[in-house]
Amino acid sequence: MAKFRKEGKKEVPQVSTSSLPDIVYMLIFFFMITTTMRDVELKVKSSPLPKATEIQKLEHKALVSSIYIGAPRDSKLGTESRIQLDDSFATPADIADWIQKERDSRNPADIPLLTTALKVHKDTRMGVVTDVKQELRKVGAFRINYTTLKGSALEN
Amino acid sequence: MARKTPEINSSSQADIAFLLLCYVDYGITRRLPPPVEQNDEDVKVKERNVMNVMVNKSDRLLVNGRPSDISMLKDLAKEFMTPRPGDETAPEVETKTFNEGIGDILVSKGVISLQNDRGTSYAMYISVQNELARAFNEMKEELAQKTWHKSLDQLSEDQTKALNEAVPVRVSEAEPVDYKK
Repeated sequence: MAKFRKEGKKEVPQVSTSSLPDIVYMLIFFFMITTTMRDVELKVKSSPLPKATEIQKLEHKALVSSIYIGAPRDSKLGTESRIQLDDSFATPADIADWIQKERDSRNPADIPLLTTALKVHKDTRMGVVTDVKQELRKVGAFRINYTTLKGSALEN
Repeated sequence: MARKTPEINSSSQADIAFLLLCYVDYGITRRLPPPVEQNDEDVKVKERNVMNVMVNKSDRLLVNGRPSDISMLKDLAKEFMTPRPGDETAPEVETKTFNEGIGDILVSKGVISLQNDRGTSYAMYISVQNELARAFNEMKEELAQKTWHKSLDQLSEDQTKALNEAVPVRVSEAEPVDYKK
């Protein structure tokens, strides 16, 4: 009796995607654990960064190295703006070696794409920033990014 | 027979998780010029082709020697870079040909020269860079609308390339001067 024949029994059941979020969460936890190991401890106050509107996304994070500039967090060290490379205070003279080290740790084909992100506190004087830029020019690290917040530049 | 509770569709949860994975920084990207050779002679640029933007140590803005305000800088820069053939005080112009349907257009030979003091604040410097970038982006937007009736973010890769050649960001930072006291 056709009336009672159950329909759709021969259909292939949909593939369950319910485990996909679990896989992605596993990825997230993996990245969370690995990134914390590389994280730098900030010794200078680089925020608040200045604001700007004409900004681009900073892509390929693996090809970005950051230089932090600002007053030391530890107030015993004074209020003069200092440069931080990796985990320690530095002077403009250290930048050439640091760039070389950053290049050595990357694939040689990626070297022209390396970008230096300048994370600079908005109250920093330009003198120290200019010194850093001059050093970067000397070693041929021409791609730079002034990391900023989103917002009207007229409010800076 | 008791009805089964329908399963909650969880396929979008994966997308949410992917969103969490993505985390980006934003900023103004610039290309530094290569270092200048010591013996190189200065390239002379005609005075009418240069707009001098100076910021002093107390963050005051001077445009061509006259005090100005950051809120006016974008319009001043745009006005300076807009080709005005026949005007002797404006920068020289030349006709150039570009791809992707832009065709022959007048291009200004003007250069915006940016000079800051060592005492200028970084916030002011970024504001100036941002306003100058905004002037060029607006000029690009106008040309994109005129040529393709599209806004900047709708252009194809080739169109963006042609547009960047037609409206180059002509901002030059002056070599830092070492003031020996």
